Amino acid sequence: MTAETQAPHAALGLSREQCQEMYYYMLLTRRIDERLWLLQRGGKIPFVISPQGAEAAQVGAAYAFRRKHDWFTPYYRDLGVNLVAGVTPREIMLGAFARGIDPASGGKQMPSHWGNRPLNVVSGSSPVTTQLLHAVGIAQAARRKGDDVVVYTCCGEGSSNQGDFHEALNWAGVHRLPVIFMVQNNEYAISVPLEKQVAGGSVAARGLGYGMPGIEVDGQDLFAVYAAFRDAHDRARRGDGPSLIEALCVRITSHSSDDDQRRYRSSEELEALKQKDPLVRIRAYLRENGLMDEATEKTIEARISAEVDDATEWAEGQPYAEPAAALRHVYADPPGEEG
Amino acid sequence: MAVLNLVDAVRETLRQEMRRDRDVWVVGEDVGRKGGVFGATLGLFDEFGPERVQDSPLTESAIVGVGIGAALYGTKPVCEIQFADFVFPAMNQIISEAAKMRFRSNGAWTVPMVIRAPFGGGVHGGLYHSQSVEQYFTSTAGLKVVVPSTPYDAKGLLTAAVRDPDPVLFFEHKGLYRAVKSEVPDQEYVIPIGKADVKRDGSDITVITYGKTVHFCLEAAAQLEKEGYSALVLDLRTLLPLDKEAIVAAARKTGKVLIVHEAGKTHGVGAEVAALVAEECLFDLDAPVQRLCGPDVPAMPYAGPMEKFFMLSPSICLEAMRKLAQF
Repeated sequence: MTAETQAPHAALGLSREQCQEMYYYMLLTRRIDERLWLLQRGGKIPFVISPQGAEAAQVGAAYAFRRKHDWFTPYYRDLGVNLVAGVTPREIMLGAFARGIDPASGGKQMPSHWGNRPLNVVSGSSPVTTQLLHAVGIAQAARRKGDDVVVYTCCGEGSSNQGDFHEALNWAGVHRLPVIFMVQNNEYAISVPLEKQVAGGSVAARGLGYGMPGIEVDGQDLFAVYAAFRDAHDRARRGDGPSLIEALCVRITSHSSDDDQRRYRSSEELEALKQKDPLVRIRAYLRENGLMDEATEKTIEARISAEVDDATEWAEGQPYAEPAAALRHVYADPPGEEG
Repeated sequence: MAVLNLVDAVRETLRQEMRRDRDVWVVGEDVGRKGGVFGATLGLFDEFGPERVQDSPLTESAIVGVGIGAALYGTKPVCEIQFADFVFPAMNQIISEAAKMRFRSNGAWTVPMVIRAPFGGGVHGGLYHSQSVEQYFTSTAGLKVVVPSTPYDAKGLLTAAVRDPDPVLFFEHKGLYRAVKSEVPDQEYVIPIGKADVKRDGSDITVITYGKTVHFCLEAAAQLEKEGYSALVLDLRTLLPLDKEAIVAAARKTGKVLIVHEAGKTHGVGAEVAALVAEECLFDLDAPVQRLCGPDVPAMPYAGPMEKFFMLSPSICLEAMRKLAQF
């Protein structure tokens, strides 16, 4: 069978097990997020910001990186990226419940402000796009130390208008740094649609001006995204510099739990989103290509259900940090007084 | 021991730290072959090469943001902002990112970096090459803010800043770069961040200051001595964290406090120092706390006479010090 006639996953050399693993991460991302919404609506946690509609883009992208080796400066919707990078459902729930042993911030930050030192997932903030410059600095420092590291960084299409976006791409382009800039274009920056955000209509096209390939990919197509990132990862490791990849996604949920998108999106538009669900698409693909039978699908669903239940119950049972922990970690403790 | 001016001391300290630690590198606009617009990195490019003495694109937010990333990875960036007036595009990276990284990650991620910037007026720099910007940072916990007034202090404090585990803003007064010289030991030494220095001891009044006005006040104190009044001059050296112990001790010693700085008065560093003295030393005071500062206008005008009007001077300081001594 030639590459032209092979199914996309086979052309990429992905095994049945790998395809099932990618599906597992996509579904895990979805089910954790759905649980967070339930917890938020039930008054157990104050806030959710959602990756729904971007699961294929996130898992496809992150799957091209090396866990505990490459570095990540993700954006707030990147639940799927975090999971593939190795963050556990329990750790995600610790962040959602703002518990004291939350590895991202010890309960200091809002949920989805990721961070996991052992996994090279850098702490993020709420002002958007600042993390793109951190990715560039990480790549530069890694290269100077002679380390074979590729850096993942990401923002939304709205954020691609921030100055830091352009400064980061330009710097990475000038120095040919091993950074992959992902833009998850979900067509809305809270309520403002793409045409009011991005002149020219294409974020990918901006790559050309910064001396790097700007690639547009169907963000609902898991294997197309993976292929684009694997190529970009290869380029970065070869010393051929950065890439900009714009994944065309959808945003199925409102911007966050504090938003109601029915105020600015028509019911027809919202209804049409159901046809664009990347989970529906990957399930059909796996079935059609004989990669996942009904029993396997049920097994994966059951495994995830148990993991999400366990993570929720376990994390909710963990204590908050002492209130006075609000005063800790402003500066390094003086030598001899650490801890 | 060599006699160095302040910009020489900065450069020799960078050289010393870069020789000592391979992870230390400098980045900024024109810091490479040109050696910086003030010569603070002159010769470093030839010794350490373009990877460690890196000319940046003209993008201040990136100079700091890339520095943060490099610090997260374990290197020690010394970022140069060409003029302190141009630090504002980098404010988000400094305030939202560098200052909060350790806190927000509960100590998991840290940003040991130095951001150097020449500041201050009296050099025909107009609005945008003359500002004192320290007060925009001194209310931000998570940062350290250092202002040396002598070449000797510059070396010891910059050595401490490069080795510090947290982000340090290091402001160098342009008017001191070549105007003051002092003996600077060849060997390494550290002046701890957070420690003020009594530049002149005295018993009648206490002047608390930093930066270029330290020299104005010392000159004025010498004159005041001839008039029979003895002035203690305390150089803060670090503005965040303030050396509260030294401030309180200096205030108590004379009971009369004058705070002097080139930056505007309203919400300036002097306001915090005055509040501290009021909290801790009210019953030791023999006069109201006084402040002598730059005018509360947006920035320093360009034309010579207006610039001169804006700037403090030894004679203006002497007048304020004499008035307080005679109170």
